[in-house]
Amino acid sequence: MNAAASTSSAVSASNLSIHLGHGADRFEAVQNVQFNIRSGEFICILGPSGCGKSTLLGALAGHLQPSGGQLLVDGKPVGGPGPDRGMVFQQHTLFPWRNVIDNVAFGLKMRGVNRSQRLQQAHEILQLVGLQGFERRWPSQLSGGMQQRVEIARVLINHPSLLLMDEPFGALDAQCRMEMQQLLLEIWGRIRTTVVFVTHDIDEAIFLADRILVMSPRPGRIIEDLRVDFARPRDAEVVTTPEFMHLKRHCLELLRHEQGRALPRLSPLGIPTAEPQAII
Amino acid sequence: MRGTFLQPPKFLIPGLSLIACVIFWHLASTYKLDLGLVSFVYVPSPYAVAVAAGELVTSSKLLPHLTSSLSRVFAGYGAAALLGIGIGLFIGRWKLMESVLLPPLEVLRPIPAVAWIPLAILIFPSSELSMIFITFTGALFPILLNTIHGVEAVDKRLVASARSLGAKPWAILREIILPGAAPSIITGLTIGMGTSWFCLVTAEMISGQWGIGYYTWESYLIQRYPDIVVGMLLIGILGMGSSFLIKVAGRFLIPWYHLRRNV
Repeated sequence: MNAAASTSSAVSASNLSIHLGHGADRFEAVQNVQFNIRSGEFICILGPSGCGKSTLLGALAGHLQPSGGQLLVDGKPVGGPGPDRGMVFQQHTLFPWRNVIDNVAFGLKMRGVNRSQRLQQAHEILQLVGLQGFERRWPSQLSGGMQQRVEIARVLINHPSLLLMDEPFGALDAQCRMEMQQLLLEIWGRIRTTVVFVTHDIDEAIFLADRILVMSPRPGRIIEDLRVDFARPRDAEVVTTPEFMHLKRHCLELLRHEQGRALPRLSPLGIPTAEPQAII
Repeated sequence: MRGTFLQPPKFLIPGLSLIACVIFWHLASTYKLDLGLVSFVYVPSPYAVAVAAGELVTSSKLLPHLTSSLSRVFAGYGAAALLGIGIGLFIGRWKLMESVLLPPLEVLRPIPAVAWIPLAILIFPSSELSMIFITFTGALFPILLNTIHGVEAVDKRLVASARSLGAKPWAILREIILPGAAPSIITGLTIGMGTSWFCLVTAEMISGQWGIGYYTWESYLIQRYPDIVVGMLLIGILGMGSSFLIKVAGRFLIPWYHLRRNV
């Protein structure tokens, strides 16, 4: 498996601000944020809905432009989106007109890899996410969990040095979410890329992360930088330990303390817009 | 409880409906039904039409009429499909193109085919090209507008995702925008096929001696009323048939779309 050849990125943000919207509706979604992420770290960004954590992720992916401060990946400012920074959305973005294997192989096609090599590598990655045998299915024929596995495989085939995940398991049921979290840790154990994982689920953040950056409601600021020291590989047992409970209580306190009005969800592409209406 | 054996076969009701229409037509024309506002006094009976159709079929004229009309419709339609999809992709994708191209097109859109005739004759060197142009105007706008709508309705997240996977602008157009807009484009192509046939009689009024539209118009001028109805029915059937073919081809091109709708 040549996914092991991935390099991993370091990220640093200083005085980073991001504004969204236009004219009178313009507001500051992320305010004066500072953090450093070391190469190979698994970071969770935890915060309430609408706090700007997805906005931050969108800026890392290159879909959104910072309005102030600096955001560096491996020492260079983020330009546009690119295959070195893979992005997984909450609702899958698989192309409905491509079957599973062609979706996964899309990144290779964009790099001009020939078809037989594309298919071979896509097969390997599908095996990694446990989806062998589903190559010829259309995305709409898969369950939510399987769709996210394909989405992850499609990003991993590009060997991203930074893996950006926007509540990727938020829409799955509890059982499936647990399975996907374990699968993600297993994959990450093998490829050791840097991961920035956005979630509002405290258990998920503690279970997955090396470090948790806790964000306040809008305008999003980082209010705590928590280390999570549980040994790896982690299994589901860890969530019942007193240390886990202690951390969880601490996070609850932070979020409760900062609780404000409920805000609409933001997306890594900015403010979600309504689907355009059909015209005839 | 509804037993499935009580449900009529699929084609029974549509078939009965068509037969009922013909029976009504027969009675109305035979008994010279006059409702004041509409009158069937001069309407040829189904039998007279059938005789006229028989004469046309056994004459040597049917084939040249058909081939002339089909080649005009397909030439005009083909040009409309290429231009409509091409311009539609650009207008849907780039706001600047929308401001540049859409206003003049919106002015041209409501102009009926028949109003184009004098100008078409002046613009084009041959009457054949003028006729193709008229069928082109019929097909262009449904194809263009549905393409624009399809492009604008493509999920922005899919475009963002493709960019994150390394797709450049040209690849995004080919891999995301075109397939994403395909269902809407095919709707436009199906409607455009019908409207292209609408314009055929208008187009073939220009000149010539061949074509189903010309045959229909000539029959009116020389007062062969059954032939008019034969021409009308032929255009209806050919238009319906070619729209159906486009629909089937569309289904074949976007299998994923019909599957998704059935899930």
